[in-house]
Amino acid sequence: MGNVLVVVEQLNGKTGEITFEMLGKGRELASALGGELHALVIGGQADELGIADKVWVMGDGALAHYTSANHKAALVAAISAISPRVTLIGNTSIGMDLAAGASAATGIPLIAYCNALRVEGGQVVGTSQIYGGKVLAEVAPEDGACIVSVLAGAFPASAGRSDKTPVLETLAPPALDNRVRFVRLIEPEAADVDITKAAVVVSVGRGIQSADNIELADGLADALGGVVGASRPVTDAGWLPKSRQVGKSGLRVKPKLYLALGISGAPEHLEGMKDSGLIIAINQDASAPIFDVAHYGVVGDLFEIVPALTEKIKG
Amino acid sequence: MNIIVIVKHVPDLVEELEIAEDGKDLNRDFLKFVVNEFDDQALEQALLLKEKGGGTITAVALDAPEIDQTLFTCLAKGADKAVKIVGDLEGRVTSHAAAHMLADALKAMSHDLILTGVQSAEDLDGQVGPLLATYLGEPHVSVVTGVEARGQMVVVRQEYAGGVTGEFEVDLPAVLGIQAAPQPPRYAPISRVRATMKEKKLVEIQAAAADGAGLNVRQMVRPQVASHAEMIEGNTDTVVERIVGIMAERGLMNG
Ligand SMILES: Cc1cc2nc3c(=O)[nH]c(=O)nc-3n(C[C@H](O)[C@H](O)[C@H](O)COP(=O)(O)OP(=O)(O)OC[C@H]3O[C@@H](n4cnc5c(N)ncnc54)[C@H](O)[C@@H]3O)c2cc1C
Repeated sequence: MGNVLVVVEQLNGKTGEITFEMLGKGRELASALGGELHALVIGGQADELGIADKVWVMGDGALAHYTSANHKAALVAAISAISPRVTLIGNTSIGMDLAAGASAATGIPLIAYCNALRVEGGQVVGTSQIYGGKVLAEVAPEDGACIVSVLAGAFPASAGRSDKTPVLETLAPPALDNRVRFVRLIEPEAADVDITKAAVVVSVGRGIQSADNIELADGLADALGGVVGASRPVTDAGWLPKSRQVGKSGLRVKPKLYLALGISGAPEHLEGMKDSGLIIAINQDASAPIFDVAHYGVVGDLFEIVPALTEKIKG
Repeated sequence: MNIIVIVKHVPDLVEELEIAEDGKDLNRDFLKFVVNEFDDQALEQALLLKEKGGGTITAVALDAPEIDQTLFTCLAKGADKAVKIVGDLEGRVTSHAAAHMLADALKAMSHDLILTGVQSAEDLDGQVGPLLATYLGEPHVSVVTGVEARGQMVVVRQEYAGGVTGEFEVDLPAVLGIQAAPQPPRYAPISRVRATMKEKKLVEIQAAAADGAGLNVRQMVRPQVASHAEMIEGNTDTVVERIVGIMAERGLMNG
């Protein structure tokens, strides 16, 4: 049998986009494998999952809050009860706990960081995006089943929605593993500026080198009437507040103009900005993956180009 | 608290990466290696925990080109002991195999906490942290951005999208995949690393036999991108002129 199981990701009672992206792809894989599309909800709500043939619902209040230990135990129990050919899990924070954890616990191989999936001669073939997006590895399980952790944005979410009503079935939860206990969710602090609302985002990466150099980006952003954004290393270093971070664990932006200065274009960064209207990247490394999503690129030193650009715009 | 930090080398991603002739791995002959940046964060987190609450830090790595230098750097920064797992470790070691070898070595080393970097650039079969934790039967949390010791447990923060974080209590022993320490990783001057090399020795442990990941790598390729950026060439003046032209065309200069 070739059933595909999608692990539904819910945080704060909300189903993440990644779930619909996986459901759409899962639908396609299931028909190629001659099987059904199943969804697994651990401790949450089975709404909006009409595209699936069957939705398995496991657990109740005790699993309502995500914890790595409990949800991994639940997933492992579900995989052994359902025996899917392919298990799709989002490559999110939660998915990172679950996918590798379930692979180790079940012995089923894992294709991680997957951005393309197909069935070829009855076999599942996945593409894993590694080395910061510079290399794609095409891999297939040695035999039978596999777990796949799917990158956000790899497949269209629209293909994963339907208003049909799936069959619901309950699964008994496993014994609880209370070695990890949920305390609380912390919302981000209110920001001075909302980078998701700006028409122009001038973003700086590790190439900016120091907190003092941020003023270069400030100058350019001012001249363009935009705001300054950043990649993760810049906010981790405290050069800019967390509210300026673009990407997987930061914010998703879609400005008219996104300037990427000294940003390599790691998949986690691209996730937050690749749909911007116009992307212009300045980077010293001609092979930086940022140039694969940028519309225009300059191989050069940002410390030379940015001041000159700011001057020119100010006129 | 006795903490183990797992460190690993990855190819420096700023360099050109060449695919090997058989198409199944990188051509490793001329690669430049650097410490996985998230492992550096994990070590920093360990050092901060030790400074606050005492205990010991042991850095553990699988053998790899120039790994000695990195292990001595860990010692120079404040780790108490450094362990190198040696054996048949040519080429890319899968995360599953690495986790098996680490689990085997770590079983015999008493510890409260194991810190790994949240991910590395080459773990195509998954992150080592959750694999290792499962093989050891310990709980695990990924994408951790804060750790506080509280008796027989730690309180950790797990980061989600949009800056939302979850707070959890985790019983020890446990494995944490560190995304970022509360402060940037410290720097060890080369003179101190050299002095450490004279003073201290690495402990060597033989690697256990380990299965692979159960995956066949069919081929590695560079991404065939549908649309690469149009590159703007020329001196600074020409480049600036062109960028301004592109922005003006789209009415982006009225800000
Ligand atoms: C779970 C998880 C979540 C993450 N979330 C995010 C996220 O939300 N956002 C994010 O950005 N990252 C995120 N990351 C981190 C991500 O993997 C990368 O580490 C990060 O995006 C790299 O940032 P960077 O491009 O600034 O730095 P680097 O990759 O170090 O790139 C710096 C670039 O600057 C260039 N450069 C250097 N000097 C100059 C110069 N003078 N002129 C021009 N160019 C120069 C270099 O060529 C290089 O390409 C996440 C990682 C994980 C594991």
